[in-house]
Amino acid sequence: MTNPALATLLRGPAGRLDLLPYAALLDLAFERVDGELQLVMPFADTLIGSPGRLHGGAISGLLELAGLLTVIAAQPDGEALPRVRPVTVTVDFMREGAPQETRAAASITKLGRRVVNVHAQAWQADRARPITAAHINFVLDWPEK
Amino acid sequence: MTSFAEQVGQFMGPFVGRVPHNKQLGLRFVATGDRWVELQLPFSPQFLVDPDHGVWASGPIITLMDTCVGMASMLARGAFEPHATLDLRTDYVRSPKPQATVTARGECYRMTRQIAFVRGLAHDGDPADPIAHVAGTFMFAASKLAGGWQ
Repeated sequence: MTNPALATLLRGPAGRLDLLPYAALLDLAFERVDGELQLVMPFADTLIGSPGRLHGGAISGLLELAGLLTVIAAQPDGEALPRVRPVTVTVDFMREGAPQETRAAASITKLGRRVVNVHAQAWQADRARPITAAHINFVLDWPEK
Repeated sequence: MTSFAEQVGQFMGPFVGRVPHNKQLGLRFVATGDRWVELQLPFSPQFLVDPDHGVWASGPIITLMDTCVGMASMLARGAFEPHATLDLRTDYVRSPKPQATVTARGECYRMTRQIAFVRGLAHDGDPADPIAHVAGTFMFAASKLAGGWQ
């Protein structure tokens, strides 16, 4: 991965995520809010699925990236970083995505060396009313020593 | 008389690629049968999260599969009714070949008054060697069941 550069970037307070082509496509940025890594997806017409609603696939993509970046940020400093790939992604759609800014954050349920279990949530104006949640199991492939 | 599957192909086919987010990704309609829908997503370097290793992001695949099985549920419903994804699980069984066009095939295997149960797979050339499997559910407004199968 562009991992070392990404890990360095994520130590900052905020920034754009253009190192990841798909994050650039969604126009994503991140912010540290009270230590928590939050991804920010501004509204754009290109994110629309059904009329007036965000496409569930775009919100799912945001959730996966929130999970992926949270996993990368949780790796120990100074070590070669693993390739991180999702193996299973389960998404629950609770509320429709309105045409406005969407945020996402993830928490790690278990940080293993080979498998990381993650829960991610996306919300809009009100954090207490998540629109979409995902449970993601990532597998880490470590570089040969 | 035109079957509902043919109507879905004729009306929804061109429509799928005009949905703004589908259009952004380049998603296109391929074909529909009695109970299944096939869509395609040609490769774009913008779909990667890890260009060094060619690792795809989930988002484009989930967008493709959600759209595909959503259309399949409408086909099974037998009517163009509003519906919403309740949940969708994707299992990535292997990585796509580099720069592959991904083909999605989805079907609705059970329709109840309110819920469509769907499944599908994504492959990069050979449906017998898929890259991903999906299973999910869609909600319909219960009052409106029109002549779909049970």
